[in-house]
Amino acid sequence: MKALRKLVDKIKPNFQEGGKLSMFHSVFDGFETFLFVPSKTSTSGTHIHDAVDSKRMMSMVVIALVPALLFGMFNVGYQHFLATGQLVATYWNPQTAQFWNIFLYGVALVLPKVIVSYVVGLGIEFTVAQWKKEEIHEGFLVSGILIPLIVPVDLPLWMLAVATAFSVIFAKEVFGGTGMNIFNVALVARAFLFFAYPTKMSGDEVWVGTNEVFGLGGGQLVDSFSGATPLGQTAVATGKEFVIHNVAGATTSWWDMFVGLIPGSIGETSVIAIALGAILLLVTRVASWKTMLSVFLGGAITAFLFNTFGAESNTMAHLPWYYHLVLGGFCFGAVFMATDPVTSARTEKGKWIFGFLIGAMAIVIRVLNPGYPEGMMLAILLMNIFAPLIDYFFVQANISKRLKRTTKSINA
Amino acid sequence: MAKVIHLKKGLDIKLKGAPLEIIGKATQSELIGFVPEHFAGIIPKPVAKPGDKLKVGSVLFVDKNCPELRIVSPVSGELVAINRGERRKILDIVIKNDFKMEQEIFPTIDWKNASDKEVKQMLLSLGLFAFIKQRPYDIVANPNDQPKAIFISTFDTAPLAPDYTFILKDQVADFQAGITALSTLAPVSVGIKAGNGIFDGLKNATLHYFKGAHPAGNVGVQINNVNPVNKGEVVWTINPQEVLFIGRYVNKGTLDFSKLVASTGSEVTTPAYYPSIVGSPITPIVKANVSQGMSLRYISGNVLSGEKITENGFLNPFHSQISVIPEGDDNHELFGWIMPRWDKFSNSGTYFTKLVQFLNPKKTFEADARLLGGERHMIMSGEYDSVLPMDIYPEFLIKAIIANDIDKMEALGIYEIAPEDVALCEFVCSSKVPLQKIVREGLDMLRKEMN
Repeated sequence: MKALRKLVDKIKPNFQEGGKLSMFHSVFDGFETFLFVPSKTSTSGTHIHDAVDSKRMMSMVVIALVPALLFGMFNVGYQHFLATGQLVATYWNPQTAQFWNIFLYGVALVLPKVIVSYVVGLGIEFTVAQWKKEEIHEGFLVSGILIPLIVPVDLPLWMLAVATAFSVIFAKEVFGGTGMNIFNVALVARAFLFFAYPTKMSGDEVWVGTNEVFGLGGGQLVDSFSGATPLGQTAVATGKEFVIHNVAGATTSWWDMFVGLIPGSIGETSVIAIALGAILLLVTRVASWKTMLSVFLGGAITAFLFNTFGAESNTMAHLPWYYHLVLGGFCFGAVFMATDPVTSARTEKGKWIFGFLIGAMAIVIRVLNPGYPEGMMLAILLMNIFAPLIDYFFVQANISKRLKRTTKSINA
Repeated sequence: MAKVIHLKKGLDIKLKGAPLEIIGKATQSELIGFVPEHFAGIIPKPVAKPGDKLKVGSVLFVDKNCPELRIVSPVSGELVAINRGERRKILDIVIKNDFKMEQEIFPTIDWKNASDKEVKQMLLSLGLFAFIKQRPYDIVANPNDQPKAIFISTFDTAPLAPDYTFILKDQVADFQAGITALSTLAPVSVGIKAGNGIFDGLKNATLHYFKGAHPAGNVGVQINNVNPVNKGEVVWTINPQEVLFIGRYVNKGTLDFSKLVASTGSEVTTPAYYPSIVGSPITPIVKANVSQGMSLRYISGNVLSGEKITENGFLNPFHSQISVIPEGDDNHELFGWIMPRWDKFSNSGTYFTKLVQFLNPKKTFEADARLLGGERHMIMSGEYDSVLPMDIYPEFLIKAIIANDIDKMEALGIYEIAPEDVALCEFVCSSKVPLQKIVREGLDMLRKEMN
C-alpha cells in the first residue's frame, strides 16, 4: 500500500495544473480517489465529517444489483436452453456441466452489454468532468449497470451504445451532472430505445437469445417456441380466464415468475434476486423504504381494483394483483428506479405520494393501453416530472404555516 | 416537572476525549486578545490606543454604527497592539495583563427596582451587552430593538461539549441574578435538559424541558420548538457563562469575566475543565497537554460549529470549549469507499456504527478533519431532515440560499436558523456541501438587503 501511495505521489505532479498530462486531471483524480480516501481537510464549517460519501452510496446500489445481474445471466441461458429443448432436470445444480453452460451462455450475451454501457457512459462522464474541470461524479456507476439490466437480451450493442450516450448527455450532463438531472438516466436510455427502435424493444422476438454465441448454446428451436413475455401474452389475450405459458409452450406458474425463470428484460425477472438487493438498500438506508413500500401499495391496490371492477373482455385487468407485482419491471422499478434520490420526491411525505402514484400508474398503463404491456418505465418517468410538484405542495404548506404564524403575531 | 419537549430527530456523535469532571490547573496568560470578528455584525472602532493603561471594564472598541455597544477589557494592564490586516481591517487587539484586576468605576443602580432602560444602559456601559446575540442573522444584538424574548440554553449537546451543570453548580445564585436582570428587558426562556435538577428552581423565567440527541441543546432549535422567530421579530440569546458575568456584577458589584473552559478531543492528554478568562489564548491550557509528533487541528468551540485557530490563538469569547483533533491530511486510506472501516463514525447505514455502538455502548470514536469524500451536488434526500428537529425544510432552504432567492429564503424560515443549527446536517451530508458557509453568506446577504 505504501509503494502504491508513493507511485501515486510520484506521478501526481504530471496531472496537476501545468503538468504534461494536466488534460487528464479529472481522470487521474477519479482513479486516485478510487484508490485512496481524499486527504483534503475541511476549510469551513464542520471540522469533522461523516465517513459516508457518494462513492460509498453508489457502490451500495451497484452491490445491490449484483444478484439481479447474476440471475439475469443465468436466466438468459436458461431461456435459451429451454427454447432449444436441451434443458435437463438437474440444470440448477452447479455440479453439473449444464449449469455452467447455461450461465456462460448468459455471461457471453450480458457481459458485453455491461462493458459497452460502462465504456460509453464513463467515457462521456470523464470527458465532461475534464472539460468542466470538475471531479468525476459517481452517478454513472449505477446507471451503467442499470441500463443493460433493463433491455432485452437481443438488443444490438450499437443501439445500447447510442442510447447510453443519448441519456448521459441529454438526460444528465445538460442539466449539470449527477444530482441535477430531472429524469432517471437509465430509464431515459430505455425510453430512447423504445421509441427509436421499437422492434428491438418489444414483441415476441427479442426476449430470448436464440443463436449460438462464442460456440456456446445454439441448436434448433422447439416447435412450440414462442418468445413472448407473460405480460406480452396477457396483453394480446381476451377473456377473463387465461393461462400463461413459457417459451417452450408449457404452463408457467406464479412461482416460476417469482423465481424469475421467465422471458423479460435481463435483470428484471427475479423477485428473489431483486429482494436481496432491496434488503441491502433498506438496511443501509440508501433507498427510501417509504418510496419502495408505497410503489407496491399503489400497484397492489390499483390492480386489485381492476380485478374487482375491470371490464370482462380485458384480460390484463383480470390478471391477479399478485401476478402484476411480480411480472415485468415492476419490482425492479420499485426497488432500483423509483428510489433514485435525485429524481424522486425529496420531502418525506412526498415520497409516499410519489411512490404510490408510480405503482398505480404502472398498472393503469398496463391495463388500459394494450399496445404497451410494460407500464413501469413510463410511470416512473412520468412521476419524475411530477416529483417537484409533489414536493411543492408540502413545502408550500410549510411556507403558509410560517406566513400564518407571522400574520398572527403581527396582529397580536 | 413541567412538560418535556421530546425532540426525536438528531444525532449524538460520540467522540473520544470528553472532559472529565475535574478542574485542572492552568497558568493565566499574560496576553489577552480580542478578535473583533468574533463579535459578528459589529464594525469595530477602537477607543483605546496602544500604550493606554486599562482597567477591568475599560472600553477597547465600540461598534461604528451603534457606539453605545462596547467591548471592554476583562483585565487590567496595558494595551500593547492593535494588529491590522489587509485594508486596515483589525485582526486583533492585544492587552498585557498586569494581574491586578483593578476595576473601572461605574455608577451604581438599584437592580431590583431599575427600569428596563436603566438595566440596558448599565449592561451596555459594562460591556456585557455585547455578549447578547440576536436572531435573525446570528449577530450581536442591537440594543435599539425590542426582543420578544431572551433565550438561554443551559445544556450543550454538541460533541464533547462542556456540561453546564458542572460549570454552574456552585454559581446558581449568580446565574439567577443574571436572569433576573435580563428579565427586565424581555421575558426570559430557559432551556433545560430533562432530568437535570440544579435549574429547576430558577425564577423570573419560563423553563422549558427538552429531551433528545444533538442539536436539542442548540438555542435555535429550542426557540423553533417553543416560540419560533417570525419575520420582523427579534429574539435575543445568551450563553450561560455570559449570564454569570451579569449575575456576578449584580451580586458583587465587580466585573468578573472568568469562566471555565473545557479542553476536549482525542488529542488532549487530560480532557478536563480549566479556569480561564474571556479573551485568553488557548496556549496555557493546551500546551504540554496534547499529543506530540502529529499535525493537529485546534478548534475554538466544538468540532461541528467551532472555528479553526492556531495553538496560540485566542478562544472566541462566546466559546467555552477547546477541541483538538488530528488534522489527518497525511492519512491515505486504501479503498475507503468499500472497506468496512469499523472505527469510523457514521450516521449512514453503509457503516456499522449502529452495530458497534449496540455491542459496546460506551464506544467512542476518533475523527480527523478530513472531508472523507469529494464535494458533489446534493444527491441524497432526507439526510438533513433526519438530524434537524425544526419545522423547516433544510434542503429547500439551502437551495433557496444558493439561488439567492430572498423571498424563498424568508418563506422557508431563514430567520429562524443560525449556521450552528445546520452544522449537524453538514456533518452527515454525503455530498459534503458546506452548509454553514452557505447559511452564513445567506444571512449576511439578507442583512445587507434589509438595511
